[in-house]
Amino acid sequence: MIKFFLMVNKQGQTRLSKYYEHVEINKRTLLETEVIKSCLSRSSEQCSFIEYKDFKLIYRQYAALFIVVGVNDTENEMAIYEFIHNFVEVLDDYFSRVLRYSAV
Amino acid sequence: MSDIVEKTLTALPGLFLQNQSVGGPTAAKASFSSRLGGLVRGITALTSKHEEEKLIQQELNNLKATVSAPTTTLDLQSTNLVEVCMALTIVSQIFPREMIPAVLPLIEDKLQHSKEIIRRKAVLALYKFYLIAPNQVQHIHVKFRKALCDRDVGVMAASLHIYLRMIKENSSAYKDLTGSFVTILKQVVGGKLPVDFNYHSVPAPWLQIQLLRILGLLGKDDQRTSELMYDVLDESLRRAELNHNVTYAILFECVHTVYSIYPKSELLEKAAKCIGRFVLSPKINLKYLGLKALTYVIQQDPTLALQHQMTIIECLDHPDPIIKRETMNAVFSVGGDVMHPDIPNNFLRLLAEGFDDETENQQLRLYAVQSYLTLLDMENVFYPQRFLQVMSWVLGEYSYLLNKETPEEVITKLYKLLMNDSISSETKAWIIAAVTKLTPQAHSSNIVERLIQEFTTSLDTCLRQHAFELKHLHENVKLMKSLLPLDKSCEDMVVDASLSFLDGFVAEELTQGAAPYKPHHQRQEEKLSQEKVLNFEPYGLSFSSSGFTGRQSPAGISLGSDVSGNSTETGLKETNGLKLEGIKKLWGKEGYLPKKESKTGDETEAPPVPQESIMMENVDQTVAKKDPSQVPMQSKEEKEKQLLASSLFVGLGSESTINLLGKADTISHKFRRKSKIKETKSEETTTDQNIIRSSFSSSSNVTYEEDYCLDNLQDRGDKELKKFSLSSELLDSESLTELPLVEKISNCKLSAPSLFADNNMEVFHPPQATPASVANEISLAASLLEETTEHIHSDLMEVCNNEAISVSSYKIWKDDCLLVVWSVFNKSGLELKSANLEIPPAENFKITEKPGCCLPIIEAEGTKNFQYSVQMEKPFTEGNLSGFITYQVMDTHSVQLEFSVNLSLLDFIRPLKISTEDFGKLWLSFANDVKQNVKMSESQAPLHSTLKALQQELRLHVVDIIGNEGLLACQLLPSIPCLLHFRVHGDMLALWFRSSCSTLPDYLLYQCQKVMEGS
Repeated sequence: MIKFFLMVNKQGQTRLSKYYEHVEINKRTLLETEVIKSCLSRSSEQCSFIEYKDFKLIYRQYAALFIVVGVNDTENEMAIYEFIHNFVEVLDDYFSRVLRYSAV
Repeated sequence: MSDIVEKTLTALPGLFLQNQSVGGPTAAKASFSSRLGGLVRGITALTSKHEEEKLIQQELNNLKATVSAPTTTLDLQSTNLVEVCMALTIVSQIFPREMIPAVLPLIEDKLQHSKEIIRRKAVLALYKFYLIAPNQVQHIHVKFRKALCDRDVGVMAASLHIYLRMIKENSSAYKDLTGSFVTILKQVVGGKLPVDFNYHSVPAPWLQIQLLRILGLLGKDDQRTSELMYDVLDESLRRAELNHNVTYAILFECVHTVYSIYPKSELLEKAAKCIGRFVLSPKINLKYLGLKALTYVIQQDPTLALQHQMTIIECLDHPDPIIKRETMNAVFSVGGDVMHPDIPNNFLRLLAEGFDDETENQQLRLYAVQSYLTLLDMENVFYPQRFLQVMSWVLGEYSYLLNKETPEEVITKLYKLLMNDSISSETKAWIIAAVTKLTPQAHSSNIVERLIQEFTTSLDTCLRQHAFELKHLHENVKLMKSLLPLDKSCEDMVVDASLSFLDGFVAEELTQGAAPYKPHHQRQEEKLSQEKVLNFEPYGLSFSSSGFTGRQSPAGISLGSDVSGNSTETGLKETNGLKLEGIKKLWGKEGYLPKKESKTGDETEAPPVPQESIMMENVDQTVAKKDPSQVPMQSKEEKEKQLLASSLFVGLGSESTINLLGKADTISHKFRRKSKIKETKSEETTTDQNIIRSSFSSSSNVTYEEDYCLDNLQDRGDKELKKFSLSSELLDSESLTELPLVEKISNCKLSAPSLFADNNMEVFHPPQATPASVANEISLAASLLEETTEHIHSDLMEVCNNEAISVSSYKIWKDDCLLVVWSVFNKSGLELKSANLEIPPAENFKITEKPGCCLPIIEAEGTKNFQYSVQMEKPFTEGNLSGFITYQVMDTHSVQLEFSVNLSLLDFIRPLKISTEDFGKLWLSFANDVKQNVKMSESQAPLHSTLKALQQELRLHVVDIIGNEGLLACQLLPSIPCLLHFRVHGDMLALWFRSSCSTLPDYLLYQCQKVMEGS
């Protein structure tokens, strides 16, 4: 099950976040910083799934934009990985200019 | 998705949040909603930060009002589709639990709405309610069923979320729906859905995954329900051919389901095979997924995972720690002793060596310690022995990381384990070792003392040894602490592996006549050589009785014995006394002459004098090992010298070989394999020299013989010299066909007798005119080749001759056996009667005569062939097959002629043509393995040339080449398979042999090394 959804730029700033379970605002910032740090530190040869606390993080990079999804361990990582791509494709379909210039 | 409007609407909340930064482009959408337009206009008109904050605050308040419960309730009743949609979205996103009863009837109504988007949103809203307040939606379960059967796919898909949740909580209540889910999945897989649902031409992948999950939950431990879904699962596995990530996601889910439901072996196998596509993928994400899938497989049936063991081992070395950890999860959950020992070994190494990140290491170790302790706490659980061994090692090494539990507590747990009867003594030894490591950290030691008390009287030698070690260490805590430092498992401790402090003791014992220590391989070799001596003796006897019949002179006899005394290693094997001497020196060498290789090499060139010096050195060093060149000490060692004096008569060759053998032992056991290469290499060179030497010395021994004999011998010697240089280039014994000698270079041990047999024949019988015999040979060969062209065979070579006959032999490497053909050519003008060739039974060989021409008569200038099929009974490097031929000339007395041929292991090796898959299976089923790293010369194009060499020289079948790895297979006739896995790392070649036979890998490795060095 998806727990949260993040869009982050390369500088580590959160551009969009969506939590599917209640998390306190100040804890969110902390969580986001840590999540972003662990995603940014990974190279392209490493796999796109990371374990972070109780979550599994699945991330995908689109140019300067990272999309990170936190799921619990019952989730199928590859399905989420492709889901991210589906999401981006949909965004691209409708708001291609918005996404390219502004989301970052 | 079917409805564009819906997508736009769902994107709007995101836009609202973004609109601070979005600005301009949003203006395009401004006409969509007047309020949004107003906001956008407001934003573009902003002049200061303060104004912006005010505007945003105002907008937020507006929004709050819009999404508040009363407004939403009103919206839900609206006739405007967009308003209802928005309201439903708000309900499912942010509606508080207390407000649910108020809107529930409204939403239930929406389930019957004519528009599918409304129905879908209503289902999702109910799903949300179910998540936050399951009791409140209990009564509408029937309506969910209706949603499941909705004609719109979107609504149905939305209802699956609810069903997945409900089935997870209580699967038995929904068994009746299995059929429906199966049908839906069948339709989806069969591509019956609108193409809108395709994602990269895969039909509704997430829907499939959802359905597979539901099926997995329904079929768990329920055979009847599971049977309903076997077909569709099989189809899913089959259909997922497309090489897209999302197919793999489906495949993964499918494998998971197959392993969750009541097992069907056929399906399990298919799924396990499927995993191969994951784990072998170069894409790291797929590898990860594959490993995860592997854990499911392993839990169900470890044997199915066996085919992927190599991958597991590799993944343990993977640079990405995530992959490593996933692999370890697989290892953690491995449930049987069938697991290959390398897996836990690698796992431990990984734990010990760690990653780059120190904190991560500590975390991982702590995690391992904690999880193992929890496992140990469980009562009445039986773990595989290997798993327990891993556990005790980890606990012994890393328990100090624990804050809560003291070492005493861990020791107590381990002690409890020790007292368990179901644990093997090998595992117990591991546990005691762990306790030993923990003892210096513990403050009280009651349990340790109890343990010592109990196990110092154990019947198991190994346990007793461990217990005594612990006892003595326990008495000296300081030593114990220095010996067992924390977290130093990777650092080598400096120990005197040569045990040099015992040298004095050993020397003393030796002077008192104690038997010297013989290392294991030495003892084995001796045993082997003794066997060979047995072969040799009867041969020598019959030799002198027949071959020497005509002119038996004392000189001839002395020549015979001298010859054997000088001949390379046969001298060593000759009598027991001599052998002992040799070994005494070996002991002398063992700790003291670590680098004598080059020296002995030089010395073998010189006449016997240096021998003495070598020995003296040995002797000195026994006493004053620190200074090898210290000469004065030697006078004190007269006694030893005398004891060893007789060994002066041992041929130089045997000496040098022993030196080399001894040298290897100075290197600790761990590195023995590595040193072996060097050893064999130098052994080869020295033995080559030995051959030459022996022939020289034999010639010097016969100086009192007739001149032409001497000349003959020296000629022979020269010839051999030339051949030696030739053969150093061509080490392959099979491609060498000229003379027995050449083959003997790779085979020094056994070749000598036949060599001298040959020489002796020439001494006593004037040699034949060479051209004639050559011509004979050619004609013979020609006649023989005709019948054997379909098989590979060696060239014809003469093994013995006299004035009347010439016996040549050649080998035919048939697929199922080795055929040795002796052809007897009658050179005399007379008919030979009762010609018979006999091969007495030889050890290690099984010889069967092939019926051929049975006429016991060989006419003048005629040829007769004798065929024998030979099988090797147990593997060894080289062996000698001797026999004799008897015949009568003109009814006179019978003449007997001895001969022998040399057979190498390679004569019995045939390619084993198997598939990669079979290779994998075989690989795992074999228990005997040998690993070795070989350094290659840089000039080689590693993989290619190695493969070629192995294929050609050793007759290995190349099964597969994967990247820089190669799989090869061969069999030792009749049917002992041996597999070789090799990998090229830079200029290193890692060879790994496995076989069902314990000795075969070793011998093959030796042959491989020979080939590598030769190529």
